[in-house]
Amino acid sequence: MSTLSVAQMPQEQPWQLPSRGRVAMTALIIGESAIFTIFVVAYVFYIGKSPFGPTPRQILEIPIFNTVCLLSSSFTIWLAERSIEKNRMRDFSLWWSATVVLGLIFILGTAREWQRLIYHDGFTIRTNLFGTTFYSLVGLHATHVVVGLVMLLLVLIFTLTGHVNQRHAERVQVLGLYWHFVDAVWVVVFTVVYIVGR
Amino acid sequence: MADQTLPIPGSLDVVSPQSADETFLERLHDWVVTVDHKKLGILYVLYATLFLLVGGAEAVCIRIQLAFPNNHFLGPATFNRLFTMHGTTMVFLMGMPMVFGFANYLVPLMIGARDMAFPRLNAFSFWLTAFGGFLLYFSFIGGFGLYGVGSAPDVTWWAYAPLTARAFSPGHSTDYWALSLIASGFGTLGTAINIIATIVSMRCKGMTLLRMPLFPWLMFVVSGLTLITITPLTAAQIMLVIDRYLGAHFFDTMAGGSAVIWMHFFWIFGHPEVYVLVLPAFGIANEIIPVFSRKAIFGYPAMVAASAAIAFVSLSVWAHHMFTVGMTSGANTFFVLSTGLVGVPTGIKIFNWLATMWGGKIRFATPMLFCTAFVFQFLFAGLTGIIQSVAPVDWQLHNSYFVIAHFHYVLVGAIVFNVFAGIYYWYPKVTGRMMSETLGKWHFWLFLIGFHMTFDTMHFLGILGMPRSIYTFEADRGWNNLNMIVSIGGIIQGIAVLIFAYNMVMSYYRGPRAGVDPWDAWTLEWTTTSPPPEYNFAIEPVVRSRRPLWDLKHPDDPDWKYEQ
Repeated sequence: MSTLSVAQMPQEQPWQLPSRGRVAMTALIIGESAIFTIFVVAYVFYIGKSPFGPTPRQILEIPIFNTVCLLSSSFTIWLAERSIEKNRMRDFSLWWSATVVLGLIFILGTAREWQRLIYHDGFTIRTNLFGTTFYSLVGLHATHVVVGLVMLLLVLIFTLTGHVNQRHAERVQVLGLYWHFVDAVWVVVFTVVYIVGR
Repeated sequence: MADQTLPIPGSLDVVSPQSADETFLERLHDWVVTVDHKKLGILYVLYATLFLLVGGAEAVCIRIQLAFPNNHFLGPATFNRLFTMHGTTMVFLMGMPMVFGFANYLVPLMIGARDMAFPRLNAFSFWLTAFGGFLLYFSFIGGFGLYGVGSAPDVTWWAYAPLTARAFSPGHSTDYWALSLIASGFGTLGTAINIIATIVSMRCKGMTLLRMPLFPWLMFVVSGLTLITITPLTAAQIMLVIDRYLGAHFFDTMAGGSAVIWMHFFWIFGHPEVYVLVLPAFGIANEIIPVFSRKAIFGYPAMVAASAAIAFVSLSVWAHHMFTVGMTSGANTFFVLSTGLVGVPTGIKIFNWLATMWGGKIRFATPMLFCTAFVFQFLFAGLTGIIQSVAPVDWQLHNSYFVIAHFHYVLVGAIVFNVFAGIYYWYPKVTGRMMSETLGKWHFWLFLIGFHMTFDTMHFLGILGMPRSIYTFEADRGWNNLNMIVSIGGIIQGIAVLIFAYNMVMSYYRGPRAGVDPWDAWTLEWTTTSPPPEYNFAIEPVVRSRRPLWDLKHPDDPDWKYEQ
């Protein structure tokens, strides 16, 4: 089973292959990157091509606080991964909860941004090309955040009920890999939407 | 042969024979809930064979319509639906499941593993793919929204914008097309991830990457390629669905959207897709040609490197489908050159197959017949590909029957031929029975004759200017006799495939027992019983060379003495 950690493998067994969980998650990330690439390419291709407004500069505000929250959640989940590896379960649940909270702040921030755009500015996916590409790219990322949060919350529930321990370190790290990916994608989306596209 | 057990760990048959008194319902339940890679592989192949027959029937209808000028067998609308469904079916519901079915069944056996890395993901992926296929065909009754009349998608399998916009494709048929491809696309993605994880993490002891048989190697390359080529299609389909349902403007030229970007997104998927389909076919040939030539494969490292090179280069050739769109001459030059470059690693492979056969003691059993035809047909298909990669020639031939002839030469002449070869070759392992050689030879020769009548002739029609996707033609164009020959060839191929299907069913009940290793082969799947037990190998095998079974059969002259 791949759930055995690498450290437990004794020296007399040199036939050691990479963990299937990590390999599969890496493969998934490669595939997801291709999906994001297409949406980013569409976004960049359509920058400034809308025949009518509103333009990004008129209605977009840069979500600095959100971004800081999401990016620091990458740091807290890394601390959590380290804690579970060293079997410090209290630290683990602490850092894991922090990650969940930071992720929730991010997704609530996006929700508020969208609410303002839709109900205050009347700017929807139908409005123009900018709306089309903006909502689909940011929405695609937000979908990934939501999926990540659901999985993080599951782990949190299992942790609080005492079902997670050091044996699960690798699985938790595989999930961490996904979360790091979601954060890294945000760096790209943020740059394209709020800096280049604005 | 039946009683022969090789002195290898894993060939020990300690499985209790499955109780024969299971009811039909119990057996059905077994198949539906299974997570066994072998059962799922069989399900994939049966599913693909079903759609091979369906897509083939559609092709025969198309050819009957085009056999005579001004024919009225099909109306124009029906004709559009049939060729859309034929293309979509053959690529997504026949080609992909067939390829991944082979991989599912064979990869764990060939690398000495117990199962795939994620058996439940495997089952999920299959059922998702199957759901996608049936969703597509449901459009025949639900395409207009279940008012009692239905229609199938009629936007062609490449579905260029703006034809797919709500204004030009009302009703739900285009939605069925997009949604079914999204569903089966995610199924494919799951399987690709699974195959990669299996090959990287589940190989048996001693099987380093350079001792792995070539079929798993090519499936590894293909799965990697799938990760980055199926996903752009999924992304583009998501955009299309957003356009159609939420009123967005991705491909809406009225609002500044671009129809050309759909072409780019589609062919970024579409061209590598050809290699996703053809590389596994190469993998099948890589297993069969050495065994039936009684020689180890020539240039194993070159084969691996060439496969990786093909996958890499194939990512940068997509716009050769779009020379007539009017790109800059710089872009045209780039895609001409990169397309020509694919010919280099492909040529290496053809030379390697020929060198494997050269001086070998060739046995022309049915699998080898198909593989031999494949080598020459694939060479020809590659050459017409190189011809069309030259932009000015493509301007002349674009959207003509020459293009149709070229890609059917690849898809049928290379892929379908090798899939048939693979089925004849591994059928004894899967069922424990040999397929009938007599029917196999009938199948081969009829299919070969039909294939060449149809697709060789199409080249001439293309050069004479017959455009693709037309439902009929005038009698004075000089295409009459040629079209007749094409149609007769199509029907002969249909008959051959029916013989094959009959052979597949009958051999299951009447075929002679196969035993462990009917072809005297060298890879690990032939060390376990036919059909293999659920756990594949009773004891995990240990390998020391690329041909572990050769080492066991020839302890005086094992391969590992010569391999590095």
